[in-house]
Parts: sequence; C-alpha cells; structure tokens
Amino acid sequence: MADETTSSYVDLSVAYVDATVQAADYLVVLPVIGPLIMSAFCLMLRRQQHVQPWIAGITLGAVFFGNIALALRIMESGPVFMAMGRWLPPFGISFNADALSVLMTLTASLVSLVCVFYSAKSVDGDGRRYGFYPFLLMLTAGVSGAFLTADLFNLYVWFEVLLISSFGLIVLGNSHAQLDGAVKYAFLNLVATTLFLIGIGYTYGLFGTLNMADLTLRIAESDGLPLGTVALLFIFAFAMKAAAFPLNFWLPASYHTPNIVTSALFAALLTKVGIYALLRVAGMLLPGSFDTFQEVLIWVAALTSLLGAAGALASTDIRKVLGFLVLSGIGAMFVGIAVVSPDGLRGAVLYAVHSILVMAALYLAAGVIGRMTGSFDLHSVGGLYRAHPFFAALFLILVFAISGLPPFSGFWPKVILVRSSMDAGEGWLTAAYLVSSFIAMIAIGRVWLFAFWRDDLDGTRIAITPLTRDEAQAYITPIAILVAVIVGIGLIADPAVHMASAAAIGIIDPSAYITSVSPVGP
Amino acid sequence: MNTVIFRALAPYLTTLMMLFSVFVLLRGHNEPGGGFIGGLIAASALAIYGISNGVPAVRRAIWAHPIHLAGTGLFISGLSGLPSLFANVPFLTGLWVFPTILGVELKLSTILFFDIGVYMVVLGTIGGIALTLEERED
Amino acid sequence: MEVILSLLVGAYFTAAVYLMLSRHVIRLLLGAALLGNAANLLIFVAGRLVHEVPPVIPLGLTAPESVTANPLPQALVLTAIVIAFSIFAFLLVLSMRAYQELGTDDTDHMRVAEPVHVPRPPQGY
Repeated sequence: MADETTSSYVDLSVAYVDATVQAADYLVVLPVIGPLIMSAFCLMLRRQQHVQPWIAGITLGAVFFGNIALALRIMESGPVFMAMGRWLPPFGISFNADALSVLMTLTASLVSLVCVFYSAKSVDGDGRRYGFYPFLLMLTAGVSGAFLTADLFNLYVWFEVLLISSFGLIVLGNSHAQLDGAVKYAFLNLVATTLFLIGIGYTYGLFGTLNMADLTLRIAESDGLPLGTVALLFIFAFAMKAAAFPLNFWLPASYHTPNIVTSALFAALLTKVGIYALLRVAGMLLPGSFDTFQEVLIWVAALTSLLGAAGALASTDIRKVLGFLVLSGIGAMFVGIAVVSPDGLRGAVLYAVHSILVMAALYLAAGVIGRMTGSFDLHSVGGLYRAHPFFAALFLILVFAISGLPPFSGFWPKVILVRSSMDAGEGWLTAAYLVSSFIAMIAIGRVWLFAFWRDDLDGTRIAITPLTRDEAQAYITPIAILVAVIVGIGLIADPAVHMASAAAIGIIDPSAYITSVSPVGP
Repeated sequence: MNTVIFRALAPYLTTLMMLFSVFVLLRGHNEPGGGFIGGLIAASALAIYGISNGVPAVRRAIWAHPIHLAGTGLFISGLSGLPSLFANVPFLTGLWVFPTILGVELKLSTILFFDIGVYMVVLGTIGGIALTLEERED
Repeated sequence: MEVILSLLVGAYFTAAVYLMLSRHVIRLLLGAALLGNAANLLIFVAGRLVHEVPPVIPLGLTAPESVTANPLPQALVLTAIVIAFSIFAFLLVLSMRAYQELGTDDTDHMRVAEPVHVPRPPQGY
C-alpha cells in the first residue's frame, strides 16, 4: 500500500504545496490551534481549576508574542500563507494572513490576554466550574480563525465556533437577566450567521469556489452576474453581526448581563469580527458593493453613531452606557466604510483597533466601579477619586480616548474619518459623526463625573469597599496595560497608522493577497 | 420503555453497537465510515443503555464525564496536526508509517489519530446531550 | 429538478420567516431550524444536481469518465447540519430554561434585562 500513496498516477504537483514549510510559517495557525488545543486541555483538567488561569495566560501570552512576530514579518515581506494538509486552493482550506488579519488578531490576542489577568479575581469558582477558561480560549480561537482564514466557508465555521463559545460565556452564572439577554443574543446572531450561510450558498452556485483569492479572480472576470444580491446578503448579515442600526437591538439587550470580563471580551471582539468580515468579503471579494449601496451605508453610519450616542446619554446603568458606546463606535467604522475611499477604509480599520482596546478597558474599569461601590447605577455610584486616584486617572484617559481627544488612540482614526468624509463631499455625514461623538463624550464624561468626582450622596458619604492588594493587582494591571497601549498609539501613531494603511490597500488591491496564495488556474 | 424484553436486550445491543462503532471508525480512511459516524453510533449506544437501565448506570459505566471525553478528543485531534511541523509540511498534512508487527503490516497515520479525536468529541458531546435530556425526563 | 427544489427552498424560507416573526420563543426556535434547513438545501441545489454518479475516478484514468455528482456541497451541508444541530440543541435548552425561570415564552414579556420603567439618569448632583 505504501507505493500507492507515494507514487500516484494522478499528477498531484498542481494540487500540492511542494516547498518545505518552516516552523516560522506555523505562526499563521498558532493563534487558532494554540487556544483550541489548550481549551481542550482545560476541559480535560476540569477538576484542577486553579491551573486553568495559568494555562490560559501562558497560551494567550505565547499567541500574543507569536502575533507580534507574524506582524513584523508581514509588514516586511507581505502576506503569509499556509495550505492545510498541503492541499492548494481551491482544493483545500487555507489560512492567509495579510496586514488587516494580523492587525486584528494581534489586538484581539492582547485583549484576551489582559482579560485572563482580570479574570483571576473576578471569575469565581462557579464560573470556572462551568468552563470559563475553555470557553474563553475557544472564543479566542474562533475570533483568530475568522481573522486568518482564506476560505469563505471556513469563515462561517469560525463564526459558529465563536458563537457557540459566546453562548457558553453569556449564560455563565445563570441569572434571570442573563437568560433574558441570551435569548435575544442567541436568536439574532443565529439569524445573522444563517444569512451569511445563504450568501455562501449563492456565491458557490455562481462561482463554484469558496477560496477568497480564487473568488477575487473569478469575480473580476465575471460579467452580468447578480452580484448585488449576494453583496447585499453579506452586508446584511455582517451588519447584523456588527450591530449596525437597524439591526443592533440584540446588543444593548444582552451586553450588560454577563460577568464583566465576558462583557469586555464581547464588546471588544464580537462586533469587530463583523466589521472585519464586512471589509474582507464585501470590500475585497465583491469590489464595488460599497459603491452600489453607498446611500444606504451612509444612513446606517449616521444613524448607528447617533443612536449609540443618544442611547448612552439616556442610560443609567454604566454597563448599558458602554454598550451603547460600542454601537456609536460601530457607526464611526461605518462612516469609514460608507465614504468608499482608501482613506475611509484606513480610518475604519484604525478605529476598529482603537475600539477593541478602549471598549475592553472601559468594561473592565466598569467592573472595578461595580466592585468598589457595589452598584452600576449612576444614581448611587461615587467617591472613587478619593478612594483610588490612580484608577480615576486611568478612567479619565479612557474617557478622553473614546471621545477622540489627542494625544490618545481615538484621535487619529477620528481625524482620518472626518477628513475622508469631508473629501468625499458628505459634509452632513461628518456633521452627524461629530455630533454623535460629542454626545458620546458627554455620556461617558458624565460617568466619570458621577462615579469619581462626586463624593457624597444627599449629604452622606458614599460607602466604598477598598480593593485588597491582590484585587488591586488583578484588576488595575490589565486596565493599566490597555491604557498604556492606548496612550502609546496616540503618541507614536506611526506603526498603527502604517499597518492600517497597508490593511486598507490590501482590501482595495488584493493582488499581494492573491499572489501569496497562487491558486491553481481554473 | 421499561419492558423486560428491552431491558434484557439493551446491554447486548449496547455492546454490539460499541464494537461496531469502533469498526466503523477504523475502516474510515478509504471506505465509508470514520470518526464522526462512529462517534454517533457509540453515542446512540449510550443513549439506548441510558433508556433501559437509567442514566446513573451509564455514567458509572463510562467513568469519565462526557465533557471530559470531548475535551480529550479535541486535544488528540488538535495534536494530530502538529507532527507535520517536524516534517516541514503544512499543518494537518497526513503522515504515514507502516510498521510490521508480528508479520502484519499496520497502516498508522496522523489522520487515524485525528479521526479517533473526532470520534471522542462526537461521543462526548452527543452522548452528553442525550444523557442530560434523558435525565430531565425522570 | 433544480427548479422544483428551488421552489421548495423558497417555501422553506417563507415558512421560516413567518415563524420567526412570531413573539413566542418556541416558534422562533422552529423558524430558526427551518431557516437552517433552507440554507442547507440552497447550498445543495447551488452545487447542481447530478443523478447517481459517485465522484470517484476509476482506476487507470486521470479524470472521471462522465459528469459526476458534486461532493463539495455535500461536505459543506454536512458541516452546516452538524453546526446547526449543536446550536439548535443549545437554543432548545436555553429556551426551556428561560421559560422555566422567566415564566413566559413571549418575548414581549421578557423584560428582565431591559426593564420597562427605568429611572432617568441623574441630571446633576
């Protein structure tokens, strides 16, 4: 039998990768297989709960540094590609990391890593027993897989992987509010992924292939096919995933219910996976689809950002304020998408990175507010400036960052978005975006004002439970790390802006993406 | 479902199905079969045993929590892709060895371990769901 | 054959959307299951239908003799079915738990996470 597998009568050289693969190429799959295998390992160690945080932390740390190495390599020599099981596309599934993929994966792995630090104190025995760490690792694997895959159906599979692990995380704790939020979250996200699957079905029917590089080539050659319909299905599905108006209602209904670490992960990662998929599929695979639906996208962008800001202003629960601010950020990313220009896409990508970092940090900080004051209600929080000035300073930086003030990470994407929408002649879109970010600033500034600056409530001092030493380490360090990165991007914007530009160019002109894959001719 | 006939028959049926599931798993590479369908057969075997003799009996018989099984399976499947790292070929590439033990040539491959992992994942998750739902009926 | 199946897909979608417009979780659940099946059938039809020719290359040839059935949609559909099945199992348990804990299966009355009367945020202190 040995000779049958080695000497085949069919010429496999056109279908197989011949070049030897170096260990460094495995960096492309590390962000997926590392967390996936270690998630399984955590499941095997169900009873040894104290080692699970260590496993998760070490795995995600390795993934983070692997992603840095991968990013350096991609910025130097272009996209990195790996064909699973040697099968070249379009026969097999492949991973392909370009600037956009690696930028998103890198940011996502940083956020997952700091969430593990934070969870050391905030996730109790119950949460661990019901599998917080396996779910967290699987969620990271799913998110990274969605960012890295070069196959449309594989993208759907990773969507489902992250969906299932997010289901597991959102009901962890089993409170009534969580069940209520989970019902809405689960059903609406399921509809969105099914719509995505329908879009895949049509794409396969039209082109007979699902590899992204291969599809890009075939779509460029195609003529007279109903691409608008397919593009609209994809835009609809991903806008629902990204919680863009009017498909946003699952987000404010669910994001404030689970454990605060889970909320931070969701707010940072899940909606951005939708934005990424929108850029990759509608932007790169179906060029021109943003032009076709520009008018709709402009409305979506303006209304999402305004609705998010207004909702934040009208909420009393701090976590709900943050949930609406996630929406407002999604609106800003849609501004970049709707102006249909390289600059706009660059702004959208940069805003996505900024939003991942800031929203994660804000949710984690909200957890500390809840821990110290015992409440998330704006009516009853206060006195934190007196209790913990350093934490107050961190939160103030986050307030400035999300409002887009210099010198923090929100400033650069905001400048790019404003300028690109002005250049595109959509003056009133610029106005809507600026108004919404002004309202959002008032809403988040008010949180700082009440939770930190206010000392007493109707004449009585607000009771504060100070953090123990361990808790201060576990809670404040992750926030401080994220704030340091946010300040870093604000002060030394060059690397991030450079990567975002490379990502935007990769979306508009995917030739480097295609040559790195070199699909077999039809 | 608690008839005498069923209760007398179920252990034999379960044994037979378990054996058959392993057979299906092992013949899977070049002929119909494989880890997924084998795991489904094994999970139905557990479900049948659960219906006839009660869920606690099943849990005692498999002595590992179903989620444990699923985790182990996922672990094996994930690891089966890694030997290709040392052979300088892409992730998940099938690698074969043909050792001769006692005069019989064995065909071992990383694909086989991947399939065994899939078998355990399916057995663990589907079996786990089935047992949980059967427990609720009591 | 494709035309008939396309009409069937349309019927599936109609029924699924109709069910999902309901306020009751159990109908939503049935609608979601139907929607998943509609999508699977759609992929299957999109791969074109060929009658009873397995996609196997006979020994000694380098290409199949005639047009064969397309194996890829079957693999895609199988994957999608497995995923849809596990998600359906989760949703089933979630809906049952929600019904037991919240005492309603009407989504309009599920207002624990978003209460109807929320006090306005403080205007000052």
